[in-house]
Amino acid sequence: MCVSGSDGGGRSPGKASAIKAGAQRPAEDAEKLQRESREEAFIMGNWFVNNWFSAIIISVWMGLNIFLFVYFYLFYQYEEEFFYTRHLLGSALAWARAPAAVLNFNCMLILLPVCRNLLSLLRGSFVRCSRTMRKQLDKNLTFHKLVAYMIALMTAVHMIAHLLNVEWYNNSRQGVYDKLSTALSNLEDDPVNKTTFLNPIRKNDIDPQQIPTYFVFTSIAGLTGVIITLALILIITSSMEVIRRSYFEVFWYTHHLFIIFFAGLVIHGIGYIVRRQEDESAEPHDPHFCYNRTEDWGRIPECPVPQFEGGPAQTWYYVLAPMIIYLCERLLRFIRYNQNVQYRKIVMRPSKVLELQLVKKGFRMDVGQYVFLNCPAISQLEWHPFTMTSAPEENFFSVHIRSAGDWTEKLIDIMQKLPEGAQGPKMGVDGPFGTASEDVFDYEVSMLVGAGIGVTPFASILKSIWYKFKDNDPNLRTRKIYFYWLCRETHAFEWFADLLKAQEKEMEDRGMGDFLTYKLFLTGWDQSHANYVMVNVDRETDVVTGLKQKTHYGRPNWDKEFEEVRKENPTSVVGTFLCGPEVLGKVLEKKCGKFSDVDPRKTKFYFNKENF
Amino acid sequence: MGKIEWAMWANEQALASGLILLTGGIVGVAGQFRGWEFAAYAVAAGVFVCLLEYPRSKRAKGTSVERTGQYCFTVCVKAFGPLTRNYYVRAFLHAAICVPGGFMLATVLGCVCLGIASLIYLAAAIRGEHWEPILPRKDVRKPVAESIKNPPQNPPPRPPPEMRRKPAKELESSAYDNPIAVTDE
Repeated sequence: MCVSGSDGGGRSPGKASAIKAGAQRPAEDAEKLQRESREEAFIMGNWFVNNWFSAIIISVWMGLNIFLFVYFYLFYQYEEEFFYTRHLLGSALAWARAPAAVLNFNCMLILLPVCRNLLSLLRGSFVRCSRTMRKQLDKNLTFHKLVAYMIALMTAVHMIAHLLNVEWYNNSRQGVYDKLSTALSNLEDDPVNKTTFLNPIRKNDIDPQQIPTYFVFTSIAGLTGVIITLALILIITSSMEVIRRSYFEVFWYTHHLFIIFFAGLVIHGIGYIVRRQEDESAEPHDPHFCYNRTEDWGRIPECPVPQFEGGPAQTWYYVLAPMIIYLCERLLRFIRYNQNVQYRKIVMRPSKVLELQLVKKGFRMDVGQYVFLNCPAISQLEWHPFTMTSAPEENFFSVHIRSAGDWTEKLIDIMQKLPEGAQGPKMGVDGPFGTASEDVFDYEVSMLVGAGIGVTPFASILKSIWYKFKDNDPNLRTRKIYFYWLCRETHAFEWFADLLKAQEKEMEDRGMGDFLTYKLFLTGWDQSHANYVMVNVDRETDVVTGLKQKTHYGRPNWDKEFEEVRKENPTSVVGTFLCGPEVLGKVLEKKCGKFSDVDPRKTKFYFNKENF
Repeated sequence: MGKIEWAMWANEQALASGLILLTGGIVGVAGQFRGWEFAAYAVAAGVFVCLLEYPRSKRAKGTSVERTGQYCFTVCVKAFGPLTRNYYVRAFLHAAICVPGGFMLATVLGCVCLGIASLIYLAAAIRGEHWEPILPRKDVRKPVAESIKNPPQNPPPRPPPEMRRKPAKELESSAYDNPIAVTDE
């Protein structure tokens, strides 16, 4: 038994020593500081080992955004054909058009990271590529959010610029500005006199203060703009962390306003109201020569009345392809939903854990993958992700569902009411979808960290290893697996302890006892528990789990664990896999950076994380 | 997941509306738009809505997440008692605040957003939700029980139970029974 003095999980070594430093003498202080800064530089170097590819992706994306913004800004700010338009609007024209281009680009990107089937396909075709590339596909939602922030920012800029544009168009129309502005604003679409308008505000006979509002709500661009901005705002406010985590349904249903958003986006630009001087008109009519001769327009041959035209809507060039891809995605989900799924077994495990063993024709899975389940008896529209706990070698797939919310509670309720041996309600299955843990066998050494119910993907992995051993599978590159399981109360996961026990025995029988090292950390315990354990310290198996490895009490001291792994595997590439809370992920990511060596021959830790 | 608390979304929406109203107002005033007086109003209204909505309410169930540094706002908002606690009041307040925003384009979007927030608040109010401040939890020390102040009635070392003093009710038998006969010599 070991009651480990935990390092508090989230506390970084730097912070801990900084607190202590106050009580030390200055000389020691300086030395400590130096050591810390060296350590920091070291961590920076290792940050690269783990994150260089994301850094490149983000830089490329940001670079493209900046390029588009600058390119279109300069285009509208200096292009000759916008000379007269700029005279009315000033640089607000460029300030509206540049964000529009960036918006097009980002609206193209935003749908892609949520196409889970597409990502699965990409992952499949990247098998030959390095795992660094494939790992990026697990950060899809982070990228989705990043793109969304950019859309929000650019929408704000675009909108403010257009507020100014409309106001200034209106002022010109009212004849508030110089003679040229008034003359330009008075031009109208007139087939007899052969003139075309530049200023889209034609209405002039109501209260001037209300004209901008009237214009916005009566033009296609204005009306769609307002509607899609509203849709965007609702989407954003309902996807704040608090709402998303606590009231998923609100988030989920509101997010479907994206249909309105994209529909509005495509038709937003078809009004032809961003006007430029026609090429043929610019041939005789040189704005630089004519701009202060408005009385002579149409009278002298050098200055005929200038002709204007609107640009075509461009957004659909950008968003059409992603929209089609997304449509296929939803179609595929619908087909999958309609495919027949048979229940092989429905087992109620202790502590309200439901195990479903399902069979579906043509279903193939890999370890650590997850499926989305939809139970129409509970809700037609909700898909919930579950990690599969069966191994690919088995002829069915299983999920363990813990009672954690409305949906899961209702499902467990339905299943409990079923008569013995009956088929359950109709279940739609979409998947499987891959996340990082299918790479476990690619690493020589794997550190698996499961927290609470997060242990489920590792059930699949451990089972699969068991099968691979039995078959002496040559694809198994793994030499050693470290498995850490942190949980508050083990009795919630008795089903998992069973699995470990069977495995332990199997490995011992084959003389492979040191292949799997697992450590259990019980984070919720009290004194009476500790006393009981102390009394039974001599027993061969653990008193909590009945396993050979003794349970540890308190949280793990990660520095110690990483050091140990590094010492035992001085030249290996170690994959660290976590399925657990965000905070722990940050800690582990930091530790992976800290304990990896920049020297390519030495131990390197790669961090992988499940996505939910 | 539990029951949906609509007020949490209404709060996010209202805060965003406040910011949008404020932005629209600033643009209107800075650009000296026609009817910029309405924009000036929107600046004030936006600031007011943001201040009112910044402190997040406590959730009915589960952990509540505070916004950064919301504590002093919480105290101020709490000071208004039932006015800020009741979501009907908020719904009507927001509905009233948003109306003047409709008179000029720059503040129209903020106005509509605030109107939507008001509707969500109304839904929340109808479902019986109300604003509850998130305050740091004080460790409530129970006052020392009366009995502890008195000296123990039966202090150790105690005789085995069969020889203990009987309750005072039975006066006859409550006298201490000495197992060893004591004789006067």
